[in-house]
Amino acid sequence: MSELLHRTAAELAAGIAAGEHSSEEVTRAHLDRIEAVDEVVHAFLHVDGERALEAARAVDAKVAAGEPLGPLAGVPLGLKDVLTMRGAPTTCGSRMLRDWHPPYDATVTRRLLEAGLVVLGKTNMDEFAMGSSTENSAYGPTRNPWDTSRIPGGSGGGSAAALAAFEAPLTIGTDTGGSIRQPAAVTGTVGVKPTYGGTSRYGLVALASSLDQPGPCARTVLDAALLHQVIAGHDPLDSTSIDAPVPDVVTAARSGDVAGMRIGVVRELGGEGYAPGVEQRFTEAVELLSGLGAEVVEVSCPSFDAALGAYYLIMPSEASSNLARFDAMRFGLRVGDDGTRSAEEVMNLTREAGFGAEVKRRIIIGTYALSSGYYDAYYGSAQKVRTLIKRDFDAAFERCDVLVSPTTPSTPWPLGERVDDPLAMYKADLCTLPSNLAGNAAASFPAGLAPEDGLPVGLQVMAPPMADDRLYRVGAALERALTEQWGGPLLNRIPQLQEVSA
Amino acid sequence: MTATVMGYEEALRSFDPVLGLEVHVELSTRSKMFCGCSTAFGAPPNTQTCPVCLGLPGAMPVVNRTAVESAMRIGLALGCSIADWCRFARKNYFYPDMPKNFQTSQYDEPIAFDGFLDVEVDGEPFRVEIERAHMEEDTGKSLHVGGSTGRIHGASHSLLDYNRSGVPLIEIVTKPITGTGARAPEVARAYVEALRDLLRALDVSDVRMEQGSLRCDVNVSLRTDPTQPFGTRTETKNVNSFRSVERSVRYEITRQAALLSEGTAITQETRHWHEDTGTTSPGRSKETAEDYRYFPEPDLVPIAPSREWVEQLRATLPEPPAERRRRLREEWGYSELEMRDVVSSGAVDLIEQTVAAGCAPQPARKWWVGELARRANESGTELDALAITPAQVAQVQQLVEAGTVNDKLARQVIEGVLAGEGSPAEVVEGHGLAVVSDDGALGAAVDKAIAANPDVAEKIRGGKVQAAGALIGAVMKEMRGQADAGRVRELILEKLA
Amino acid sequence: MALTTDDVARLAKLARIELSEAELEHLAPQLDVILESVASVQQVAGPDIEPTSHALPLTNVFREDEVRPSLPREDVLAGAPAAEEERFRVPRILGEEA
Repeated sequence: MSELLHRTAAELAAGIAAGEHSSEEVTRAHLDRIEAVDEVVHAFLHVDGERALEAARAVDAKVAAGEPLGPLAGVPLGLKDVLTMRGAPTTCGSRMLRDWHPPYDATVTRRLLEAGLVVLGKTNMDEFAMGSSTENSAYGPTRNPWDTSRIPGGSGGGSAAALAAFEAPLTIGTDTGGSIRQPAAVTGTVGVKPTYGGTSRYGLVALASSLDQPGPCARTVLDAALLHQVIAGHDPLDSTSIDAPVPDVVTAARSGDVAGMRIGVVRELGGEGYAPGVEQRFTEAVELLSGLGAEVVEVSCPSFDAALGAYYLIMPSEASSNLARFDAMRFGLRVGDDGTRSAEEVMNLTREAGFGAEVKRRIIIGTYALSSGYYDAYYGSAQKVRTLIKRDFDAAFERCDVLVSPTTPSTPWPLGERVDDPLAMYKADLCTLPSNLAGNAAASFPAGLAPEDGLPVGLQVMAPPMADDRLYRVGAALERALTEQWGGPLLNRIPQLQEVSA
Repeated sequence: MTATVMGYEEALRSFDPVLGLEVHVELSTRSKMFCGCSTAFGAPPNTQTCPVCLGLPGAMPVVNRTAVESAMRIGLALGCSIADWCRFARKNYFYPDMPKNFQTSQYDEPIAFDGFLDVEVDGEPFRVEIERAHMEEDTGKSLHVGGSTGRIHGASHSLLDYNRSGVPLIEIVTKPITGTGARAPEVARAYVEALRDLLRALDVSDVRMEQGSLRCDVNVSLRTDPTQPFGTRTETKNVNSFRSVERSVRYEITRQAALLSEGTAITQETRHWHEDTGTTSPGRSKETAEDYRYFPEPDLVPIAPSREWVEQLRATLPEPPAERRRRLREEWGYSELEMRDVVSSGAVDLIEQTVAAGCAPQPARKWWVGELARRANESGTELDALAITPAQVAQVQQLVEAGTVNDKLARQVIEGVLAGEGSPAEVVEGHGLAVVSDDGALGAAVDKAIAANPDVAEKIRGGKVQAAGALIGAVMKEMRGQADAGRVRELILEKLA
Repeated sequence: MALTTDDVARLAKLARIELSEAELEHLAPQLDVILESVASVQQVAGPDIEPTSHALPLTNVFREDEVRPSLPREDVLAGAPAAEEERFRVPRILGEEA
C-alpha cells in the first residue's frame, strides 16, 4: 500500500502544491488501492480512472505553470452517487437509474471541480439514501473495513468506507437523518452535516427536501473543514440556501480551543438501548473535553423522544412526492412498454420493478400520511413536533454553545441482521435526526473503539444554525487529545484489508 | 350520444342557475415560473427546457419575481387582499405531461383573495365576487399519435414536448355567482371578457384564448329557487372562446334542467366542451376522487410581501378598463355605438396612440375600425399584430389632410406599409403615389382629354359646365388617379373659357 | 388502527406501484408496525402549536425574470427511454376524453 494513502488531504494538497508529489501520482495510488480492495469493500459504484487522471494532470500542469490553486487542488475524492455529475452515471443506488447520465452538474460537484479536486468516482449508498446500512443499494452492500462482515452505516456507507479503507482521503456525503454522521461513527471517520441551507442541494437527488444536506466526510477534522469550505456557501439555484458568509470552519479546526465553552449533554440521548461501549466512550470523551477547560452541563430536550416518529412521517411524506418523477416517461428505467400497455400501466410496472422494498415501504407510508383524512393526524402532527424540537434546541442553545451525544446507539451490526426489521434499522438514527428536523449543524467525530467488540464509536456534536465552526472546534480538541492518548489516529488500528493485487 | 335538453326559457322557469368560473392566465414573463427557460410561444419542441422544468432528479425551483409581482397586481386590480405570508404547495398526481408528477401550486394560502370584478350586461352592472387568485405552473403538451383524429382516444402512443412546462399561470377563481337568473350565460361571458380587458390593461399576459394563454373552466349548478342550497355542479373544462363560455353555460343549464325535471340526480363531474356541436360530454369517470395529497413545497421558501412592496405595485395599476373607456369616449366624442365597435375590434389602445401621434379621433377610428380591421380580418390576425404602427396611421392621415394623397391613394399607402415597404412617406415616394397638382403635367393631360373628346369640349364652351366631369374622369384615368381633381377642373374651365 | 392489505393496495395505486398479492401480504403488517410506532406524534403537540414546514425561517427568495440558456435538445432527449420527432415518446395515455 502506497505511503501516500495514509496522508491527510491537507498534506497531500500541500505536497502537490510544493511539487513533492504530483496529483497524478496521488490519484494513481488511490485508483490502485480501489482496484486492490474495492472488490471486498464495495465502496464505489462507478470509478472513472481515465477521467480522474486527466483531471489530476490538469492540476499538475497548473502547478508547473505556477498558477494559484485552492487549498485542496489535486486531492482525490469520492462523490456520493446521489449528486449529479456530467459524464458519469448517477444511480442513487437504484435500479431505476441504472444508466442515467445527468445532463448537468450539482452545485457541490461544480464547486469541487472548480477547486481542482479530482473525482475518482461515485460511492455506494442505500437506494435513494433510504437506510442506515447501505444494504438497500440495488448494486450490493458496502462492507465495513473494520470488519467486512458488518455494515458501514448508511445511507452513505460507501463514502465512509472509502475513507476507512484508504480508497479516498475525502468524500462527499448527504445527510437526511444521519446518513453522513452514523456511517462516520461506525467507520471511525469524521462526518459533518452543515446547517440546513449551508451547502447547496441543487443537483442532490432529493430524499426529503426539508431535511437533506450535503456535507464533507474525511479522516481528520481539518480535512473535513477544508472540504466544507470548498462546497459551502450561498447558491442562487437553491431557494433554501442561506445568503450569508460561511462560518470560519478552517480556523476553528486549526484552533481546537474549547476552554470556557459550554457543552450540554442531552439527557434524552443515552441510557436504555445504548451499547455499553458506546456509552463508555461517550462519557470518556465528555470528560476529556471537560479536562480541556470546557464547562459540561446536562440539558433536557423532552421532545426528542417524539423525533423518531415525526421524522418517519415527514421524511417518507416528502420522499413519496420527490420520487414520483421516477415514472419511466423521461429518463431512467422503463418496464413493460410492449405497445399495448398504457402509460399508467408502464408507470406502475416500472415503479414496482425499479424500486426496492424499503423505498416502497416509505413511499406507501408517505402517501398514507399525506392522504386526505389522515394529513392532520400524521403529517400535520409531525410538523408540530418539529416545532417543539426546534424549541428544545433553542432553549438548550440558550444555555450551551454546543450539545453532545453518542452519534448512534450501537457499533456496526452484522450484515443482514436488520434487513427485514425496519424499526430496528430506524433506531440507528435516533440521535442524529433531531438536527435534521431543526436544521442546525451537527457532526460525528471518532471517540474510540467499544471495549466489547473493538468497533468504532462516534461522538456527535450539535451546534446552532450557522455556528458550524463550533463543531470543528470541539472535534479538533477531541481529535488532538485522543490521538495523543492513542499514540496515533484511530484508523491506524484498523485491520489490514486483503489486497487482491497490489 | 346527445343528451336530452330542455328549452332554455322553460329551464329558467323551473330553476335558478349558479355559476363558478376558474380562469387560468399564462403570464407573459420572459422566463418560466421556476427556471430561466424562455416562455416564447411556438419554439421547436423541447428546446426551451432545462433540468428544472423537465423535473430531472436533483433540480430545484427558484421563483420568478416578476411572476409574483404580476400575481399581486392582478390581485390588487381585482380588489383582493394580498396575503401577508403564503406558501407554495405540491399538488400530487401522476400525468405524463407533468414532469415531477406534482404541480407546484398554491393550496390553502393563495397570494390574493376576496376581491370582485364589476361587469356590464346589456348596460346593467353586475358584480362578480372573486374567491382567490393563486400562482402555479403550466404542464407540457402531448401529441397523440395513431388515433383516427389525433385525439387521445384510440392513440397508440403519445409524444411529449415540455416547452410549456413551468410557464407561469395565475388561476383566478370566482365565488359562486348567484342572482343572474336568465342572464347567466351573458354574465359568464361578460366576466371573462372584462377579465381579459383587465389583464390586457395590466400588461401581464397575451390573453389570447386561441393560443391558450387564457383558459376557462365553467361550473354550473341548478337549484329550484334562490332560497335552496346549491345543487350538484359540473365543471366544463377548457372552454376557449368568449362565445363558447356563453354557449356552454346555456347548454349545461338546459341539460341539467332536463335531468332534474325527470328526477335524475346530477353527477358531480368534469365535462368536455365540443365547439362543433355546442354540447358537453362527461370526462373519464374516476373510480375514486383524486387525492392530491397537498403539502407545503419544501424546496421553496414562503413569500411574505411587505406593505411597501404591495403599495409600490398598487401604484402601477392602470385605470380600470370600464372607467377608461368612459373617459376616452367623452374625450374623443364618439357615440356609444362607435365606442362599442372600437372596443370589440380591440382598437382602444391603438386609437389612443394614433390620437397621441397627432391624428384627430374620428379619422383614427375610421382607419382602425374600417380599413385596418378589414385587412386584419382577411389575414386572420389581430389588429395589433398588423405591421403598421399607430404613428404611421397618423402620418397617413396627415398626408390626406395635406392633399398629398386622396382616400384611394391612402389605402395604397397603407398596403405598402403593411407589405414592409417602409414609412408612409417612403411608400408615397417609392410608388410615386402623390397627387399631381403641377400645371405642366396636368395641362398636357387636359389638352389630351380635350382633343380626344371634342363634342364634350364643345358643350363646355357652350356653357354646360357640369359636362366637365367627363373630362376630369378622362384626366384622372390618364394620371392613374394621382391628379388633384380640383386643379384639373380649374384648368379645364380655363382652357375652354 | 390496523392497516389492511386493501388499504395498502389502495395506497400503492395512488403511488403508482404495481404490488403483487404476496408483496401486499408482506408489506401490510410491516407498515402497520411502523405506523403504530410513529402514531405517538399525535399525542405530543397541542392545538396551539404551529406546524413547521421549513427548517429555517427564510422568506422572499426570488430570481429576476431573465432568460437563461436551456439545455441543448440532444441532452434533453439523451436520457429518454424513447424519443420520436424531437419529443419524448410515451405509451398511450389513458385520457380525459371519453
